[in-house]
Amino acid sequence: MSEHILMDGAAIGRTLTRLSHEIVEKAKGTENLCLIGIPRRGEIVAARVRALIEKFYGASLPCAGIDIGMYRDDLVSGYFVPDARVNSLGFSVDGKTVILCDDVLHTGRTVRAAIEAIFDLGRPAKIMLLVLCDRGGREMPVSPDFVGKNIPTSSRETIDVRFAEIEGEDSLGIIGKE
Amino acid sequence: MLGKDLLGLYDTSAEDITAILDTAVGMKKLLTQNLKKLPHLQGRTVTTLFYENSTRTRCSFELAAKYLGAGTVNISASSSSVQKGETLIDTGRTLDAMKNDVIVIRHPMGGAPHLLAKNVKASVVNGGDGMNEHPTQALLDFYTMREKFGSFKGLKVSILGDIKHSRVAKSNLFGLTKLGAEVTMFAPATLMPQGIERMGAKIAKSREEALAGANVVMGLRIQLERMHGGLFPSLSEYAKYYGVGEECLKFADKDCIVMHPGPVNRGVEFTSDVIDAENSEINEQVLNGVAVRMALLFLLCKNRQGGEKHE
Amino acid sequence: MSKLLIKGGTAVFADRCEVCDILVDGKKIVKIAKNVEEKGAKVIDAAGLHVFPGLIDMHVHLREPGFEYKEDIASGSAAAVRGGFTQICCMPNTDPVCDNAAVVGYIVARGREVNLCKVRPIGAITKGEKGEQLAEIGKMKEAGAVAISDDGRPVANARIMRLAMEYASDFGLICLSHCEDKDLVDGGAVNEGYNSTLAGLKGIPRAAEEIMLAREIILAETLGKRAHICHVSTKGGVQLLREAKKRGVAITAETCPHYFTLTDDVITSFDANTKVNPPIREAEDVAAIREGLRDGTLDCIVTDHAPHHKDEKNVEYNLAAFGISGIETSFSLSYTYLVKAGVLTLEQLADRMSAAPARILGLEGGVLAEGNAADIMLADLNAKYVIDSKDFVSKGKNTPFNGTEVYGKVCCTIVDGDVKYGA
Repeated sequence: MSEHILMDGAAIGRTLTRLSHEIVEKAKGTENLCLIGIPRRGEIVAARVRALIEKFYGASLPCAGIDIGMYRDDLVSGYFVPDARVNSLGFSVDGKTVILCDDVLHTGRTVRAAIEAIFDLGRPAKIMLLVLCDRGGREMPVSPDFVGKNIPTSSRETIDVRFAEIEGEDSLGIIGKE
Repeated sequence: MLGKDLLGLYDTSAEDITAILDTAVGMKKLLTQNLKKLPHLQGRTVTTLFYENSTRTRCSFELAAKYLGAGTVNISASSSSVQKGETLIDTGRTLDAMKNDVIVIRHPMGGAPHLLAKNVKASVVNGGDGMNEHPTQALLDFYTMREKFGSFKGLKVSILGDIKHSRVAKSNLFGLTKLGAEVTMFAPATLMPQGIERMGAKIAKSREEALAGANVVMGLRIQLERMHGGLFPSLSEYAKYYGVGEECLKFADKDCIVMHPGPVNRGVEFTSDVIDAENSEINEQVLNGVAVRMALLFLLCKNRQGGEKHE
Repeated sequence: MSKLLIKGGTAVFADRCEVCDILVDGKKIVKIAKNVEEKGAKVIDAAGLHVFPGLIDMHVHLREPGFEYKEDIASGSAAAVRGGFTQICCMPNTDPVCDNAAVVGYIVARGREVNLCKVRPIGAITKGEKGEQLAEIGKMKEAGAVAISDDGRPVANARIMRLAMEYASDFGLICLSHCEDKDLVDGGAVNEGYNSTLAGLKGIPRAAEEIMLAREIILAETLGKRAHICHVSTKGGVQLLREAKKRGVAITAETCPHYFTLTDDVITSFDANTKVNPPIREAEDVAAIREGLRDGTLDCIVTDHAPHHKDEKNVEYNLAAFGISGIETSFSLSYTYLVKAGVLTLEQLADRMSAAPARILGLEGGVLAEGNAADIMLADLNAKYVIDSKDFVSKGKNTPFNGTEVYGKVCCTIVDGDVKYGA
């Protein structure tokens, strides 16, 4: 196994900055926006984007993580009890434009689960998807609105995202299995 | 691994008991956090077939089934219909024909769940049979003990009350001895069954001896009909010589917990002071009962799913 | 009448086993000797077989009249001859109760009509087996009753039992007492002990049997009358009987194969075929029963053949009927568990299963002797088989012995010189 680093900390920072601007551009402002991240790295992406938007535009957007344990589509087929927690965002999603954040987009199953989880909490006006990396391999009709980097991968490869909050440094690499 | 049915703990291994308790941990978390239902039993039917009155056990099973997405059907048959009505096997076959997945049976006669299990395709769970076993009550007791003490090794459990007619006492004894706990029992001689010491219980000669150093003090319900049958003279005499009040509890370990399968006769098995004390786990037991029954239904239906795939 | 010559078998006598030929003329044994030749006689080659006196079961339930769905005199008789029995005595708990000469006469007549084994009715001690008023014991005796008993419904009132023993002795009849103190039984279903606690089934204490057994001993002793104890199942019961016999009390007793073969470990499966009254006891009782049979404290082996319909067994243990269909397995079980196990000799087995019941009730047969009724049973003691109730000809398939491997197969049963089974 070998890892090939595709983005270092600076590159990730630049990409998140670009994505933050793209959000405000596409949403025509910061009005009515909120950020929801899928644990664990999606929450970090959401928190960083929130900080960047606040820095550039002065708007303090509501931001929270959403647990998808209870919404996984393999609960019955895999027959397990999820280690889930109850979702309480601290703000309402009704009528909001939700920016759903994750680090890597692959099959789209996680995103589907997250959308269902959000709808159990209210009815947003719009959900947009932001991912740091899209590695392809979709199994659901899911398309991201904001993509940091497109990295087409085979099923034998994995994307390794490291964040300072967890691993002590930022990087994004590809691991190929021999 | 756990088979088609759960008929008693005498035939259930320590590994299976532990697996049920481990699964129940996740279930209790779901319950206490008010999370949504699990989908695992969606499209399945759990029937409670009760030939004896029960509120908590039936309710507990029904809730457990519902939290897992199952449909539930409740059948109440009076004790007299055991002798006059349809035979148990015919009732079971009728339920089978309606494609039940699990039948929870409570019956006034020992061995009735075994008879049912032999004759139906559905999984059979013993919800209490005569003086034989009440495995899910014991499992929820174990869960409560493990949550408090972490382990069963060397745990001193004292069971006081009508041991002779208690399926709860026996299921507890069978399970606890497998898990490594020490079980001491105390009852009037008329309410103590023969041969129980050969099953691993220590018989205490006095209330003080029974309680000495106990980590768990478990009371069993005294039924009035036993008094009418002459097995003891009066409730007040029972309470005086065999009941547990705060004074007696001083013989137990200072960190002991108090348990009771309910419903409690206040002032008979335990005084109200004991029932309402901080270390009383009686209400926690009820919550744990739902979690443990969810875990059991979850695991039994997992086996059924495996079985169906091979068909 | 035709002649029958049983050649080359090993005859089992009271004092020896010996290879010899037995010539039957009509209903009687006319000659027992070596190398008998008889022109015109039908020959049964018994080489390699053992020749026993026809077995006598002094405690069976034929269920007719009233419960023909369980068994009737025809099916019970067929089962009896398949089991090697030439005479059977049927208990009076029928519907109507066999408590009068008419029912006794009916059973005798029906037994003759069926014409397989000899059917000897036992009359009730009290009217309706209610334990209150003596039945017409004299008239029943005249109609063919060979004993009296309220089997299944013990005579709770000691005074009534006393009167029965006294009155019946005038007619030369003996009381067969089913010993059970119903207050102590209190709805129990199995032996009280470790296994009843384990299975959570209500226990029947040994005391329930022994208290009434002691009563009968005391009555027989103080009145100077005979009494017979049915289906002894406990160690304490054997001890009481042994001491009484030593004192010279005119008491006799029987036991059944399930009391010297099984322990109550079998009940924990909740198989209602193990439910019988008195209940199957523990290992120490089994050992005491075997010893009692060996030393003669227990005079005879009976089956307490209690056929039931499968619907009466295929229910909750508590609801199931008491009883074992035992007449077709008794010989093999007794041979396997007593003779092969070294408890009894073959001669003693023949005594316990034939001569002793004949002695107790004053019946014909019981021993192989010239001039005696030609009631004979041939068995292959080396034949090994597995008990399967599907093979039973009794309507009652209720046995706890399915799957048990046994030795000693009944090959032929001859009643009054007629081959009624096998050959």
